[in-house]
Amino acid sequence: MNIQRFLPRDRLQTLIDQLMSAGYDVIGPQVRDHAIIFDHLAGVDQLPIGITDEQAPGRYRLEKSDSVRCFDWATGPQALKPMTFVSRETLWRSDRRPDGSLAFREEPMVTRPTAIIGIRACDLAALSIHDRHFMHGAHPDPQYSQRRQSLFLVAVNCMRSAATCFCTATGDGPRARSGYDLSLSELDEGFILEVHTERGRDVVVRLDVTEATSAQIERANAGIEQAAKQQQRTLPAGPLQDKLVAAVEHPHWKTLDDRCLSCGNCTAVCPTCFCQTHGDEISLDGRQTSHVRQWESCFNPDHSYIHGIVIRTERPQRYRQWLTHKFGTWEEQFGRSGCVGCGRCIAWCPVGIDVTEELAALLIEPGIEPPAEQPGGKSDGQSGGVAHHE
Amino acid sequence: MNNSIPHAAPRSTHRPRVAVHKFSSCDGCQLAFLNLGEPLLALAETVDILHFAEAGPIDEDAVVDIAFVEGSVATSKDAARLKRIRENSRYVITIGACATAGGIQALRNMHDSGEWIAGIYAQPEYLDLLPESRPIASIIKVDLELWGCPVNGEQVLGVTKALLIGHLPRVDHSAVCMECKRQNVVCVMVSQGKPCMGPVTQTGCGAICPKMQRDCYACYGPAVQANVSALSTYFAATGMPAREVAQRLLFINSQTEPFTSAGIHWQNKTSAAPNTNPGINPKTSLGAEQ
Repeated sequence: MNIQRFLPRDRLQTLIDQLMSAGYDVIGPQVRDHAIIFDHLAGVDQLPIGITDEQAPGRYRLEKSDSVRCFDWATGPQALKPMTFVSRETLWRSDRRPDGSLAFREEPMVTRPTAIIGIRACDLAALSIHDRHFMHGAHPDPQYSQRRQSLFLVAVNCMRSAATCFCTATGDGPRARSGYDLSLSELDEGFILEVHTERGRDVVVRLDVTEATSAQIERANAGIEQAAKQQQRTLPAGPLQDKLVAAVEHPHWKTLDDRCLSCGNCTAVCPTCFCQTHGDEISLDGRQTSHVRQWESCFNPDHSYIHGIVIRTERPQRYRQWLTHKFGTWEEQFGRSGCVGCGRCIAWCPVGIDVTEELAALLIEPGIEPPAEQPGGKSDGQSGGVAHHE
Repeated sequence: MNNSIPHAAPRSTHRPRVAVHKFSSCDGCQLAFLNLGEPLLALAETVDILHFAEAGPIDEDAVVDIAFVEGSVATSKDAARLKRIRENSRYVITIGACATAGGIQALRNMHDSGEWIAGIYAQPEYLDLLPESRPIASIIKVDLELWGCPVNGEQVLGVTKALLIGHLPRVDHSAVCMECKRQNVVCVMVSQGKPCMGPVTQTGCGAICPKMQRDCYACYGPAVQANVSALSTYFAATGMPAREVAQRLLFINSQTEPFTSAGIHWQNKTSAAPNTNPGINPKTSLGAEQ
């Protein structure tokens, strides 16, 4: 299905209205706490109109311009992941019966049909990895599956890349290619709507749209092409699994000890990371338990705590675990790299460690000293930095 | 992992008995316990709370299953009282930064407190004050240490429940950052340039400061995996004067490694060569930076 229609800017609200009348809760991007976040959306005036994001290693800032566009930013700190693989939830509970035996019950889940507007190509690629992991394996995850199946996705093709973006290097963007119902390409005068599913078409037929002109389609394509051209970061030529496995003793890993905080931010913002930990919480009278899972990170020492010892005691070992899995052994596990080029791990690393630079340093011949680096790994004058504390 | 509880409590026949003791402190941890509200009432129906000055009951020498201890060792009488508490209690659990690490008052450990007292009090001889504020574990064996200024009441309750049932309390060893991410809190360091201690701080607080748009000041103490050297080097490299880097480290938990050594390192840099770097001015961004 490849029907392209034009929706004038002043009718964007009708898209939200139609989604709502079709029974969806609508979620979209908004500015909150100095970032673009996703939350319930009732009106277009809540969208980040004229907002762009300036990103660099360890740095994320929003800027206001005179632009009328709503989607002229690249990525926020999170997108779909917290909505499908939620960060903390109760999976099941147990009750002690009067005779002392235990009764188990699943935690009931209520999900509503939800339309999410503004999802980018990188996040759709990540979603498809999560779908494979959580839904199409031997043991489908009921919580993820139920949430995932309730989603109606309105993608946005990027017309602008942040400095941290590198989806062209992973082949996942900037144009959304699959996994969505509708896509939007934003022009100043409005949006080119592309329909990809039947239910997407059901929404579009209720909108007052016109045929998109070939000039408009051309301008949209040029915009997406421009976003691709803006990207500076690259990845070493893949597949990387053998190369990374061969580099496990590379001296460069040791340099991470002076830079990596082992805080886990990169894994938490990564749209494909899905590690989790489980625990049971008990009621005061000891008659009920709830089994809770929450996001976990391979940078947490508990992650490799097995049979009484922590396997990966050193920070560089934990960074190596993450990087070699994400870019290397993930290929064997999922048939592709675990990186979709969103650049969040670069921007949201508090000290600006850049995976693309680490990979470049690691995949040069072992024994060759990597170039001296500034704290945080980046010395281009753009990296994060802390405010002067008064 | 670093829990030192040898054996969890078996189910006993009597109602479990609990005491909450206070040493040198602001009472904030007792208040955090009290602020639990309803769960505290439920707890009071399950256990006998024999000593808890902020809540009412007073029986300092009560024999109990769990003794929570707030506050640091700071006067000449504290050691003897602590030894009695240890003898009277099956488990001793410290609550808060003072009891666990000496607290804010341990800042005096790095100075001549006698000189301070002489400069402030007209009749300093009435003060019973040890030269150093020390953690409870420096005097008696402590079974579990809960950090925070103040502690998180939910965490105290969770530990109590675990001990009453008879299993080891679970402690999440991740940094505060993980809790921010789990709660969808936007990173104040990356998005606003605030010098957040979250990446090196043990979680457990619920990320309450970043949630209020404030940078974490490490009241929960260092995370197991804390790379204090890397974070403080980054603060300095991006414009924070050495004196302020030292202050970030030598604050609520100044007597805890690796904060102590790193703090002294930056303090020494201050005296050697005052840093006059004015810092990076964050570019124009949405909303106020500070």
